[in-house]
Amino acid sequence: MSAPVTEKKGGFDIRELKNLFGGGGSLKQFGILGALVVIILFFQIWTGGKTLQPGNIINIVQQYSYILILAIGMVMVIIAGHIDLSVGSVAAFTGIIVALAMKDWNFPWWAAIILGLVVGALIGAWQGFWVAYVGVPAFIVTLAGMLIWRGGNQLIGDSATVPVEAQFQVIGKGYLPEIGPNLGFNNLTMLLGVVVVLILIGLEVRGRRTRKVMGASANAVWISVLRVVILGAIVLVAAYLFATGRVGTSFPVSGIILVILVVGYSFLTNNTIIGRHIYAVGGNKHAAELSGVNSKRVNFFVMANMSVLAALAGMIFVARSQASGPFDGTGWELDAIAAVFIGGAAVSGGIGTVAGSIIGGLVMAVLSNGLALKGIQSDLVQIIKGLVLLIAVGVDVFNKTQGRPSIIGLMTRKDKGGAASSDDSTTAEVTPGGGTPDTAVPADLPK
Amino acid sequence: MEQGLNTAPTILEMQSITKEFPGVKALDNVSLTVKASEIHAICGENGAGKSTLMKVLSGVYPFGTYAGDIVYEGEVVRFRDIKQSEAAGIVIIHQELALIPELSITENIFLGNEPGRGGVINWVEAQKEATQLLARVGLDDDPDTQVKNIGVGKQQLVEIAKALNKNVKLLILDEPTAALNENDSQHLLDLILGLKSKGISSIMISHKLNEIEQIADQITIIRDGKSIETLDVKADGVDEDRIIRGMVGRTLGNRFPEHTAEIGEVFFEVRDWTVQHPLTAERLVVKNSSFTVRRGEVVGFAGLMGAGRTELAMSLFGRSYGKFISGQVFKDGKEIKLRTVSEAIDNGLAYVSEDRKALGLNLLDTIKRSIVSAKLRKISKADVVNEIQEAQISEQYRKSLRIKTPTVEEGVTKLSGGNQQKVVLAKWMFTDPDLLILDEPTRGIDVGAKAEIYGIIRDLAAQGKGIIMISSELPELLGVSDRIYTIFEGKITNELTVDKADPETLMRSMTSSSQKVVA
Repeated sequence: MSAPVTEKKGGFDIRELKNLFGGGGSLKQFGILGALVVIILFFQIWTGGKTLQPGNIINIVQQYSYILILAIGMVMVIIAGHIDLSVGSVAAFTGIIVALAMKDWNFPWWAAIILGLVVGALIGAWQGFWVAYVGVPAFIVTLAGMLIWRGGNQLIGDSATVPVEAQFQVIGKGYLPEIGPNLGFNNLTMLLGVVVVLILIGLEVRGRRTRKVMGASANAVWISVLRVVILGAIVLVAAYLFATGRVGTSFPVSGIILVILVVGYSFLTNNTIIGRHIYAVGGNKHAAELSGVNSKRVNFFVMANMSVLAALAGMIFVARSQASGPFDGTGWELDAIAAVFIGGAAVSGGIGTVAGSIIGGLVMAVLSNGLALKGIQSDLVQIIKGLVLLIAVGVDVFNKTQGRPSIIGLMTRKDKGGAASSDDSTTAEVTPGGGTPDTAVPADLPK
Repeated sequence: MEQGLNTAPTILEMQSITKEFPGVKALDNVSLTVKASEIHAICGENGAGKSTLMKVLSGVYPFGTYAGDIVYEGEVVRFRDIKQSEAAGIVIIHQELALIPELSITENIFLGNEPGRGGVINWVEAQKEATQLLARVGLDDDPDTQVKNIGVGKQQLVEIAKALNKNVKLLILDEPTAALNENDSQHLLDLILGLKSKGISSIMISHKLNEIEQIADQITIIRDGKSIETLDVKADGVDEDRIIRGMVGRTLGNRFPEHTAEIGEVFFEVRDWTVQHPLTAERLVVKNSSFTVRRGEVVGFAGLMGAGRTELAMSLFGRSYGKFISGQVFKDGKEIKLRTVSEAIDNGLAYVSEDRKALGLNLLDTIKRSIVSAKLRKISKADVVNEIQEAQISEQYRKSLRIKTPTVEEGVTKLSGGNQQKVVLAKWMFTDPDLLILDEPTRGIDVGAKAEIYGIIRDLAAQGKGIIMISSELPELLGVSDRIYTIFEGKITNELTVDKADPETLMRSMTSSSQKVVA
């Protein structure tokens, strides 16, 4: 059982390039990231440059931010081994209450938002109670919720459309304001881009420090620099595009909410105790419980949290469409679930990341947007989206059964010819089984 | 088939089998010759390549994915899948049984091989044949019984009945007795011997060397993917030490660590512990059990499977099993409450489960995260985990416990059984326990890793921790413990210091409650 020992090589070694985006690591979402880049480039060419025009990318963010917000909550639910089908109905239910609160009960816009979040939390607590403490499968609880909250929306709103006031609309339609000298772009948007780049640098430095502590296989410095430069450049170009749109537009407020949530929830899932516990319960509930994890509390938390995010998504949608209607949020649950699975989560739980799900959601968003730009009929769009979901997860499953790490890992290995040398940590993944199944790889069983 | 052993015809010859996975040579020029009516054992450490070899033989790794020839009954065979190897009479029984718990014995036996016509099953026929098959394996249960309602030992027999139904000529058994108690094991071994006398050859993979010594005719030893030697048990006068030497390539010296225990005062005491079965109200799985543990002491718990050892341990550890009825726990003279697992951990208890994969580890996790998972608070501020500390700590354990891995960022699934067990031990050592309950700590682990685990256990005791070690292997209990309790039917039946204990005495107390001892 000779375990391949990874040694850091000095100097410039082109083979290290495969470590650029998670070579051998667990960063599966980078495979999907590659797919996203390909899809963007494809549509950019096909639509004759329309895809990456400022107006269009602003539109994409506004139109899909609420699905991406749902995906954040959904990935946590799915990691814990559950599913939530009620998010669209919860969003609609919250939307109508918030709209009525402002119209009939004279709530100011900020109080209405707080009310909306409270409603989400209460609904989440209700569903979490059934899932965690009664033990009804989440599929059933949220299927019931899907009916209950949809009916609730139509009952309270009398199946009518209720408009919302202009101040409230900012969370769905607003943009970063113009501040400071006129430099030919929106200053705050560029500043946001710079902040994101600084965060990227910080994460990279931190990652290197952690790896150094383990005395293991830190990548060459130039790899880290290259990675930061590439990602940083993408962020800055994106920021520039957002900052130079039609006068009066810039990075949307809903996008800001999304970015804050992505950063916050990535941190929560990776670096906090509750985050670790979600993975532990989803990965092996019994082992987690025997390690002192209160799995009921974890299940309650993910379900409750999902509904709060659904409420937020519902409010952003209502703000953007300027009114709450009886059919808001229909089919959202499926978009959110698709995003999560394209982003590499496992149906059986325990696997998935916030970042991956966001990228998965963006894949779907760019795809829908690009097809719409080309004037493809919506029936065809649905068929294409369905096939993309199937193929994305199919490739993922296939790779897993072959013991391969990710799409990108596969591509780089082939690109470099015989580069799969003994220092390739991915080979450890296919170390053959030993005497007991403990050491056995997921065998490529027949059929 | 009726010839003597030495002149028996060869049934199987695997010639220079080489199987490569990307980057790793799992099998390197392995040869194996099995004669008709022979029990052929394959020995080797975990990861040596035994299972891979059997997967090549049974067509799990189809022809073309390996180099070398398989000659079976005089012809070169090229199996493309399991169906083909089974049609030729080669049946493999995996360590983890492949029966469907909700189906009856009959249904399981004929699964994938149903008698009948045009897709319609002839149940009368099936029933009749099942009864005959069960008689051949010595199982007198009703063939209509659901498999989930019979014990593991009987399930193993059903597997063999299933193999017999396929007209097996060469039976491959992967760790057949790993989950069985002594009685069931013996029954199974007798059955394998019985099959041999009827002309059915067996290949047996086992870590239990005494069993191999008892029934095998030939032993092939595999080490690091190479076939090292084939021994004739009778002619070569093979004993356990000889096999171990071949497996590890060195003499292992004393398998159990030399130790002089510095035993302190009693610090942990359980009084009148009684636990009820989780489903059946009238069934008590632990009855009025009282025992003590001293600082720096390894206390062994001997009992057959189902005697209540695991139930006792798990019910103590935060009531993880069954329904608590009565009993008190004292630590350092004060009564403590252990109502939840977190309470147990906070009170300095740790429980290493007997089922590493189902209860011990999150197999999707990395080594690093697994090691700190039972006490994240220790490296967290305001519920935020300090990843630098996490890396430092897991790295320390990797070094001190010699966990074989390139980095602690690897997934735990990539480790061998022994190394996974070290990760579980590290996970619990990280919680700074005063009392470690180790439930079958060396199950499914190879000889070399076992010795290391024993060393770790004695080290922990030397640090003044109390250890409870539950084990089915008496030599292990006698080699590592300072004092041994025996359990039978949920009751503690005997207590012996290790110098007064011997296998016979223990076995007697493990199989009857007649010996009453004042605890």
